[in-house]
Amino acid sequence: MNVQPLHIGTAGSEPAAAAGPPVVELAGVSKRFGARAALDDVTLTVRRGEVLGIIGRSGAGKSTLIRCLNGLERPDAGEVRIEGRAISRLSERELQPMRRRIGMIFQHFNLLANSTASENVALPLKIAGIAKAERMRRAGELLDLVGLSDRGGAYPAQLSGGQKQRVGIARALAAEPALLLSDEATSALDPETTGQILELLRDINRRLGLTVALVTHEMEVVREIASRVVVLENGRVAEEGEVWRVFADPQAPITATLLRSLRPELPADLAARLTNTLGGEAVFRLDLIGDAARAPLLAELAGRFGIEARLLHGGIETIQGRPVARLFVAVSPSPAVDLAAIAAFFASRATRSDLLGHVSSSP
Amino acid sequence: MSAHLLDLLLKATGETLLMTAASGLASLVFGLPIGLLLVVTSPGGVWPAPWTNRVLGTLVDAFRSVPFIILLVALIPFTRLVVGTSIGTSAAIVPLSIAAIPYYARIAEVSLREVDSGLVEAVRAMGGSRWALVREVLVPEALPSLVAGFVVTLITLIGATAIAGAIGAGGLGDLAIRYGYQRFQTEVMLAVVVVLILLVTILQKGGDALVARLDHRR
Ligand SMILES: Nc1ncnc2c1ncn2[C@@H]1O[C@H](COP(=O)(O)OP(=O)(O)OP(=O)(O)O)[C@@H](O)[C@H]1O
Ligand SMILES: [Mg+2]
Repeated sequence: MNVQPLHIGTAGSEPAAAAGPPVVELAGVSKRFGARAALDDVTLTVRRGEVLGIIGRSGAGKSTLIRCLNGLERPDAGEVRIEGRAISRLSERELQPMRRRIGMIFQHFNLLANSTASENVALPLKIAGIAKAERMRRAGELLDLVGLSDRGGAYPAQLSGGQKQRVGIARALAAEPALLLSDEATSALDPETTGQILELLRDINRRLGLTVALVTHEMEVVREIASRVVVLENGRVAEEGEVWRVFADPQAPITATLLRSLRPELPADLAARLTNTLGGEAVFRLDLIGDAARAPLLAELAGRFGIEARLLHGGIETIQGRPVARLFVAVSPSPAVDLAAIAAFFASRATRSDLLGHVSSSP
Repeated sequence: MSAHLLDLLLKATGETLLMTAASGLASLVFGLPIGLLLVVTSPGGVWPAPWTNRVLGTLVDAFRSVPFIILLVALIPFTRLVVGTSIGTSAAIVPLSIAAIPYYARIAEVSLREVDSGLVEAVRAMGGSRWALVREVLVPEALPSLVAGFVVTLITLIGATAIAGAIGAGGLGDLAIRYGYQRFQTEVMLAVVVVLILLVTILQKGGDALVARLDHRR
């Protein structure tokens, strides 16, 4: 397989369609550690073929949430269903066959150091009781799938971080799981390798229709491959929705905070000159989604009101195939066109428009 | 050195090797499972069982805290029960084993504890049973370290066989004491020391080479 490096910010391909039956259903799941609620009444559904991103601050409960999905963590209250089967009350032994339907990849790969790549990939099959010849054949195929067909005999210490994670992914896929869990799987990798691993995950999601739930603190990862995103705050779901919508128009303050680094902000020198006093140019921040993001907004403004607007800063990106723009524009109201009319025009076109302030001399 | 002394030296080396090998085997067969039990039953282990863990740990430490020379004497009735006599090489194997088993159990425990808990978790996540965790993760991942610890145990046992001379076990230590010390035959003492150094060096080097072959962590 030939994996192209992925250019973060320009990915346009959408995850596999997500209209399938639910693979994961959480209802009112809570989990405490001592006095601390790691999860607090979490309800959510992941459907077949979906890639769910889970984000939140450190300690928000992301790992706890994902570990509840394969019973590594047991909720104190609520119900976890995998493919319709309640797992929260299963014994450790009863969980074992369930877990074979669920693959997991880890930040630090967690490969057996004294086993070769092939043996690592074949391990879930060995555990499932598959004969040696068959599991080695499958391991070969899987290593091929992740682009490591020639490294089967290598030990993990002989592989790069990216290669190790590929082995981890091959291992997670070995038992043909219905669900793939990923806890910070790219966090120990450099950006280029991260891109390649995401490309691989996306490819697997599309080709195998695999359902994925992934935890990350890298917002780019969610933007690249997730179809839906859940934002956790103090163990609660603060926000949830399609990635393009949440990224373009975050509702919860925590979401806006987490996504801040991804969204263009007014350069500091301009921001410092903003005042509340009327006069000079008015500076607007516009968030536009879909066709509106690509429409000739400023030309339309000029045509309609006869005033020129200047683009100060901003950009357009594509998330899940949808254009999402954030623009900072400066306009000078004329005697004929007052500020309110301009603001109304922007509000009619943009998902969000905010008057940030005024600058006296042109910035 | 006379042919007679050479004979004695060979015989003593054979006895030392026999005692070391037999009690070493016992330490492996019984000590390793005890070490494993100590790890899996510990809090946060694969199979937490606080009471088993506490009782086993206390027992292991009790045996380890008794000086070998005292163990040797204290176990005489038991030894007689097991091998029919309390004197000689085979009789010495009993107290040597009883000392070696808890010794290696603790060494193995340390090795097994060092296995990255992430690996255990990964195999749990793929649906591995507790037995699979032991067989596929704990033992293979700790193997180089378990072997290194076993070599340490064997070398310690070689030293202990000399003390077992006190109950007529024979062996190199006994030879050195009887001829080298009590009869002032310094050359016997020297010969014994040379043989001991050779034995220990061969064991250590051989062990190191085996560990290097088993260890793929770097
Ligand atoms: N085994 C545990 N024992 C005690 N407290 C725990 C345990 N696991 C998690 N916690 C606590 O539960 C809360 C949520 O932890 P969790 O690991 O799910 O956070 P996270 O969102 O994954 O954070 P990070 O981004 O740092 O990985 C934290 O306050 C953490 O300290
Ligand atoms: Mg975490």
